[in-house]
Amino acid sequence: MGNNRVIVGMGSCGIAAGAKTVYEQLEKADLGAELCITSCVGMCYAEPIVEVENASGRIMFGNVDSRFAEVLIQSVKSGSELPDENRIKEDETGKKYLDRQVKIALKNCGVINPESIDEYLAVGGYEGIKKCINSSTPEEVIEIVKTSGLRGRGGAGFTTGVKWSFLAGAKNNPKYLVCNADEGDPGAFMDRAVLEGDPHAVIEGMLTAAYATGASLGYVYCRAEYPLAIKRLIIAIKEASERNLLGDNIQGTDFSFNLKVKEGAGAFVCGEETALMASIEGRRGMPALRPPFPAEAGINKLPTNINNVETYANVPFIMREGPEAFNKYSFGKSVGTKVFALAGKVKRVGLVEVPMGLTLREVIEEIGGGSSSDRPLKAVQMGGPAGGCIPESLFDTPIDYDSINATGAIMGSGGMVVMDDQTCMVDVARYFLNFTQKESCGKCTFCRIGTKRMLEILTRITEGKGVENDISLLEELAGHVSKTSLCGLGQLAPNPVLTTLKYFREEYEAHIKDKKCPAGVCKPLIKFTVNPDNCIGCTACAKACPTKCISGERKEVHFIDQEKCVKCGICRDTCKFDAIDID
Amino acid sequence: MSCADCSNAAKEAREVVAAVGSEPEKVIPLLQEIQKRHGYLSQELIETVAEEINLPVSRLYGVATFYSQFRFHPIGKHLIKVCKGTACHVAGAEKVYSIISEDLGVVEGETTEDGLFTLESVACLGCCSLAPVVMIDDNIYGKLSPAKMGKILKEYADGK
Repeated sequence: MGNNRVIVGMGSCGIAAGAKTVYEQLEKADLGAELCITSCVGMCYAEPIVEVENASGRIMFGNVDSRFAEVLIQSVKSGSELPDENRIKEDETGKKYLDRQVKIALKNCGVINPESIDEYLAVGGYEGIKKCINSSTPEEVIEIVKTSGLRGRGGAGFTTGVKWSFLAGAKNNPKYLVCNADEGDPGAFMDRAVLEGDPHAVIEGMLTAAYATGASLGYVYCRAEYPLAIKRLIIAIKEASERNLLGDNIQGTDFSFNLKVKEGAGAFVCGEETALMASIEGRRGMPALRPPFPAEAGINKLPTNINNVETYANVPFIMREGPEAFNKYSFGKSVGTKVFALAGKVKRVGLVEVPMGLTLREVIEEIGGGSSSDRPLKAVQMGGPAGGCIPESLFDTPIDYDSINATGAIMGSGGMVVMDDQTCMVDVARYFLNFTQKESCGKCTFCRIGTKRMLEILTRITEGKGVENDISLLEELAGHVSKTSLCGLGQLAPNPVLTTLKYFREEYEAHIKDKKCPAGVCKPLIKFTVNPDNCIGCTACAKACPTKCISGERKEVHFIDQEKCVKCGICRDTCKFDAIDID
Repeated sequence: MSCADCSNAAKEAREVVAAVGSEPEKVIPLLQEIQKRHGYLSQELIETVAEEINLPVSRLYGVATFYSQFRFHPIGKHLIKVCKGTACHVAGAEKVYSIISEDLGVVEGETTEDGLFTLESVACLGCCSLAPVVMIDDNIYGKLSPAKMGKILKEYADGK
């Protein structure tokens, strides 16, 4: 049987996992088949991934190292039967990972070559916008998007069709359209994956919005930390312009839309729309008071509409397949699917897209395969620095905007970091506060100073210096910070603290009253000791210790000098006999 | 302005402005271009570029100091960025960071005396599946342990 194509998954994380080395190995091998690339298919846990396409379909192989690449090379070259091992879509875990997912925004990610407009066209690309231009008025397009029920996927969840109608109704010209790709939440990589994997879908979504609203100028504002996404976006814009799908008089009509990429410069607050627009204008990215809303006075005081990457990526599907194909996935007031970056202590980390209404437990345990450490799971963090920690006892919460909000967390842009019992929730709260405090632009006093004071309190709690009324002081400050801040950054900054206080108050109390860190994370509160029953005297810990504070003869129980110990935990990571205890 | 360095700076400022543009909205791309060329923003180039585009120097400094991407000191031969995203934090980014910091004897933003390494941390590199992650120059290293990190640093120090 002839093998036609060999496809290597070359997303950022695939490359980091070794896909480029594999690609080079395949390139040198004279395969007798076409060698292509695609982007992230979402199965990050199995990177690097190589697919072989022949008459019977595409077979996906995961965890491809140089040895296995050689096996693949030999079987492709000789045309013999492809190996049975590493078939990640067919094996039990792969099926579990994929079965519950519904791909709309990620439909083409990991399937087509993102650097080829022809491959996008071959899967129905740009059909949606052509349909709009040829047979629908702008008003009808907005109605379709309203009917679909699509809500903004950047976090706030505002109804997209309504937002578009504001811009359509604005009187001044020209009008701007912005794609917010300033994905700043630590622990989130959905937008990067979409831009790297299917940039034309985002362009088509923007084109549709431009047609519906009368916008003629567009920007994609992308994080500078995503060089590959920027590169692929620029290629896609060039290709679309060459095919008269962008630029002036698109497809011979009087509809024109010009699109540019703006590279961010590292400021989390620029994810906020007014700050983002200030940054596009070449100023410090500081939020401004609304009203006026962007639809009225945005970039250069002209009408502007801003949507997130995933929101735009959903639009071509809605236009092509109709709004019912989208809103048949619905739960409560939430419709369609949501992409999540599933990370942390689960077996299968990756990019998943699930229909609204699936429960957190289904995502974490069925798709993600449960705990990777075999230790009990404790919480899931959703929504990044603006979100919160949902405890394991609430894992049966369905995923929809309202149910997630009811827990105190937010849907957010899609970061989902799973934590086990070795994660300290006070430390997690301190981590996020440290982040928001650094990223506060400083405009609002409570956001600038209040978050700093909250961070100081959290820091002293994790250092064992917490005092009796620290918790109530945190709660009081949290209320002030969220009430008196202009933008979402400050308004939501206390969320990680409030949710951990709500669900894990006893951990705070253990730190303050008992001077203990139950998870064994906060250094000043823990002590590493050697368990004499388990230590066999292999000397591995003593060799690994950076401060040389572990002593002991070979085959005898070792001893840690507490005076010199810096509590780095390397001994515990090194020990194969579970002989290092944390008190 | 007659010294050779100054006229070089003026010439380079003209090149930068010609490549990027001179409108006020181009301030960020202009600063990015300077940093791309030198790895940092020198006072001299900021001043000459400001003059070239007729904006006050304070406007450029205001923007440059707001965004974390911009640096005001030269960087070492290798730039180490330790990811401190949530997934990396939970997976032990702090340990990895302290190993590098202790090994090289530098803290955040500093360059080693031999000019070989500059240490920085970043909010998230978006490779959460490989946590904890460190980026050295353009290469990403994932699933790091303190031991593995030490080995990688040694490879660079030995002239990789």
